[in-house]
Amino acid sequence: MKILIVGGGTGGSIVGNNVARRLADELAEGKVEITILSASDRHMYQPGLLYVAFGQMTPDQLYRDQRSLLEPGIYFEVDPVEEFRLDENKVKTRSGATHDYDILVIATGSRIVPEQVPGLKEGAELFYTEESAVKMFKRLSEFQGGKVGVVVGVPHKCPIAPVEVVFSLHDYFKSRGIRDKVDIKYHYPVGRVHTIENVAKWAKPEFDRMGVEYETLFNVKEVDAEKRVVRSEEGTEFEYDLLIAIPPHKGMEVIERQGLGEGGWIPTDRYKLTMEGYENVYVLGDTTNLPVSKTGSAAHFEAEVIAENIASVAKIGTPVRDYDGKVYCFIEAGHDRATYAMFNYQNPPNLKPASKSMHWFKMAYNQMYWSSVRGLL
Amino acid sequence: MAQEDFNMSEVKIVDARDTFCPGPLMELIAKVKQAEVGDVLEVLSTDDGSAADVPEWVNKVGHELLSNEKVDGVWRIKMRKAR
Repeated sequence: MKILIVGGGTGGSIVGNNVARRLADELAEGKVEITILSASDRHMYQPGLLYVAFGQMTPDQLYRDQRSLLEPGIYFEVDPVEEFRLDENKVKTRSGATHDYDILVIATGSRIVPEQVPGLKEGAELFYTEESAVKMFKRLSEFQGGKVGVVVGVPHKCPIAPVEVVFSLHDYFKSRGIRDKVDIKYHYPVGRVHTIENVAKWAKPEFDRMGVEYETLFNVKEVDAEKRVVRSEEGTEFEYDLLIAIPPHKGMEVIERQGLGEGGWIPTDRYKLTMEGYENVYVLGDTTNLPVSKTGSAAHFEAEVIAENIASVAKIGTPVRDYDGKVYCFIEAGHDRATYAMFNYQNPPNLKPASKSMHWFKMAYNQMYWSSVRGLL
Repeated sequence: MAQEDFNMSEVKIVDARDTFCPGPLMELIAKVKQAEVGDVLEVLSTDDGSAADVPEWVNKVGHELLSNEKVDGVWRIKMRKAR
């Protein structure tokens, strides 16, 4: 049986490692082959970018060699897929190679598209790439006071990031002794300060306590970088001295180009995690069109379900588990406190007060991630 | 075009049932951004809050609310992208 995984991020790596362990005997006997094709030989811990933006981590701390994260029996190659021939069970890569498969896993992820909002690239600081996070830190460190705006594009990866960046801004300026010289205003697309009702109920009094202003139903329409004004689809505007944006996202270009899903998001069964119309094609992480958070956590829990099902298909000819929508997100409430949101399709999160111990757990998880992506946690 | 004139196959369904994050309104906003002016979208939600917060956004941004009803425990809210 040939198992082909396209994408070497959190989801693809966990699927590969988990399946390799479950099918160790079959791999050793040559009855199963696992191949991962990726666009990069490096693996980035993306949540660390928030720390880079506030000078708490440096970019080199975010990376590991991708090969070093994978079980020895997995064949890994840096050769991104450029063509999916799903009806022939084949893919074609950038190098011109063709790979056939019995089971395909698509975990290509998402990309930021700040260019979808006129002026956003020129006028706002971002922290969703290494380069932009470093630039944001430099801007923050030079900032001596004024109006700071936070705006949020839709859809976006890591739905907790908008509130986390606000808490971090508050603590950062406080630590520099200039919080009283900085006005922070948070702008959010829906009618409360976070899309999850219980997160909104928790965050709003925190914002009030920190003196953070907020405007809801604010969908960023355009940024005038020269005049330093950001305008909303809803007809309001905000004059800023420093603008920080959560950029809108799309699925990867190859998904769109191949017509596999509008916006680059592949239509996926929310329980089976198979691509609509293809029982032997699994999709996970940011790549799906599911109404589930685009986070490493969702990719992780989806990967465990997919790996178990691939292994059971190999062993008994049928999948055994459904994905229940589980997501677990840490929420950094500044530089020394944190809480978390855990939920699934049926049960909303019930937030606990932020604590120092949960912050230190998150700090530990930043290192434990490398065990997690190896499929050990 | 009257509300009942559009063919159901032309309606883009945003199935946000049983979801807490990103949630029905955020899902709808994302799909509206992908849609063309004139497109009709229908969001399905099991969150009772959607009955008020989806129409509030649709009206505030200047789109057209076509219907808002609860059928078999699911809110079905239909709108047309106007701009």
